[in-house]
Amino acid sequence: MCADYNPLELLVCVGSRVIEDNSTVFVGTGVPMAATMLAQKLHSPNVITIFEAGAVAPQMPGLPISVGDSRTSYKALIASTMNDVMEACQRGMVDYTFLGGAQIDMYGNLNSTMIGEDYQQPKARLPGSGGANDLASLCWRTIVITPMDNRRFVERVDFITTPGYLNGKGAREKAGLPANTGPYKVITNLCILGYDDETCRMRIESLHPGVSVEQVQDNCGFELLKAKSLEITPPPTQEELRILREEVDPDGYIIGR
Amino acid sequence: MYEDIVDLDAGIEELFCDPDPDNARAFFKNKNRGLVNKVTSVEQAVGVHINDGDYIAVGGFGHVRIPTAILMEIVRQKKRNLGMAGHTSIYDSDLLATAGCMDRCDISYVIGYEIRGLSASARRAFQSKDIRKTDWSNGALAWRFAAAAAGLSFIPSRHMLGTDTFKRSAARSITCPFTGKKFAALPALYPDVAIIHVHEADSYGNSLIKDGIMVSDPQLARAAKRVIITCERLISHDEVRANPQATTIPYWCVDAVVEVPYGSHPGNMPGEYWFDEDYFKMYLDTVKTEEGTERFYQEYIYNVKNFEDYIEKIGGVRRMIELRGIEKLIFTNKG
Repeated sequence: MCADYNPLELLVCVGSRVIEDNSTVFVGTGVPMAATMLAQKLHSPNVITIFEAGAVAPQMPGLPISVGDSRTSYKALIASTMNDVMEACQRGMVDYTFLGGAQIDMYGNLNSTMIGEDYQQPKARLPGSGGANDLASLCWRTIVITPMDNRRFVERVDFITTPGYLNGKGAREKAGLPANTGPYKVITNLCILGYDDETCRMRIESLHPGVSVEQVQDNCGFELLKAKSLEITPPPTQEELRILREEVDPDGYIIGR
Repeated sequence: MYEDIVDLDAGIEELFCDPDPDNARAFFKNKNRGLVNKVTSVEQAVGVHINDGDYIAVGGFGHVRIPTAILMEIVRQKKRNLGMAGHTSIYDSDLLATAGCMDRCDISYVIGYEIRGLSASARRAFQSKDIRKTDWSNGALAWRFAAAAAGLSFIPSRHMLGTDTFKRSAARSITCPFTGKKFAALPALYPDVAIIHVHEADSYGNSLIKDGIMVSDPQLARAAKRVIITCERLISHDEVRANPQATTIPYWCVDAVVEVPYGSHPGNMPGEYWFDEDYFKMYLDTVKTEEGTERFYQEYIYNVKNFEDYIEKIGGVRRMIELRGIEKLIFTNKG
């Protein structure tokens, strides 16, 4: 039976499915917090979530508002420092980082710093890297979760805040970033995207129910590649939606209900 | 594409603080080592220890465990031309940037209020040329404090390289003498003043963060030339000596101690009280216009005598008890 859900609920439910039990996942602010909490309640009770302010492996009692608030360290294994958890990433202990939306290009480079050309006097100043540059540089695989439209998926980002594959295969290693790291998936409200092994360019891997390739391409400012066989994403289940609405985000901070 | 960025060997923006470890040593050589009473008032702590032009760094996480009383007093005393580490900063950097106290900032996170969205007033301030900017990442500033805490001039790291965050920083790159690999080189950051809110401190400045995350506060307290501590509760010196493992910041880093109950409002204080979401909503709505911004700063800072009056204004102890109820999972966010 087909459940009634909004695009943000779809985003969170699909995002939660990529979280594997017993993996180490460094979680950014916003949608990733809700998706991770949903995964922990549904299918990955032993996921080791890490937050940049220093909390490791909490059993979150409610949705955090901040990646540094007291819910991120509730029944955690350690409430440590930012230095400690960033160093864990740098030493290769963290499997995934899960980051929220920003401007993104075909190589998965992210902009959360500024729009415009003049750095000292930008058209629009945004928050900056936060921990995103650190996490996407140092964790093994980067998962981005973001709504998809032409303003977010652009040919060229105004500012590379956070490294994807930079300008192609081998560029990360050449720049000095740790080897064999980089973008892995982009979860959107329309589809799941991955990356082509040879070119490191973004490709469509799975279409959400009722979404066409044309519709995805129309919402993207650059040409997308396609995986050999495209899958159809299973829609959110009643169970996913119930836990999301009743237990993860009853106040509607993320899903807007 | 991006050829001008990916192969850069050095950032091009301004380095605001001297990373020379011998200059730092010369300062620390004369720092008071005595076990002396450092308890003072908010007004005195700001008046004595924060000078126009100083570079400051704030502990906590921007809206978690923040020293609100000191931040508001800096605004009230109209300190000017301050530099700031915009490290995991939210309400803290917003207050100082919006009020015109700041003229330069090492940015890793400003303007954003995480899932609540952006502050219009902070955005106006940081889009202006009146604040000189250099960008970093949160990890970079955390490690810059660690380099200073260790008495060094830089620390190698493996992020930022190949991006505009590196280009717009003052970092450089370095070849490892052992492996030949290319690393980023981050300059040590020795702030003039660190301001940190903690759960408990004794009168000498021994400070305990007893719940929640520590961010980079252990490193920051050791990196800064002067440290102002505000605490929820003063404790006796004997309590520190009874459990020395619990000390987060040793007294010799600290210059002033002020007891400020509810001192992190409207921020979360782990174990004590939750965010005041009604206040944040009011603030973010009010500062959308310049006129609203002016009204907020008059009403909540300039026309308020001190932090005790401010707490009365936001609903007093009764409101703080409600926020404690949410923190203790008795109520939901909606109270």
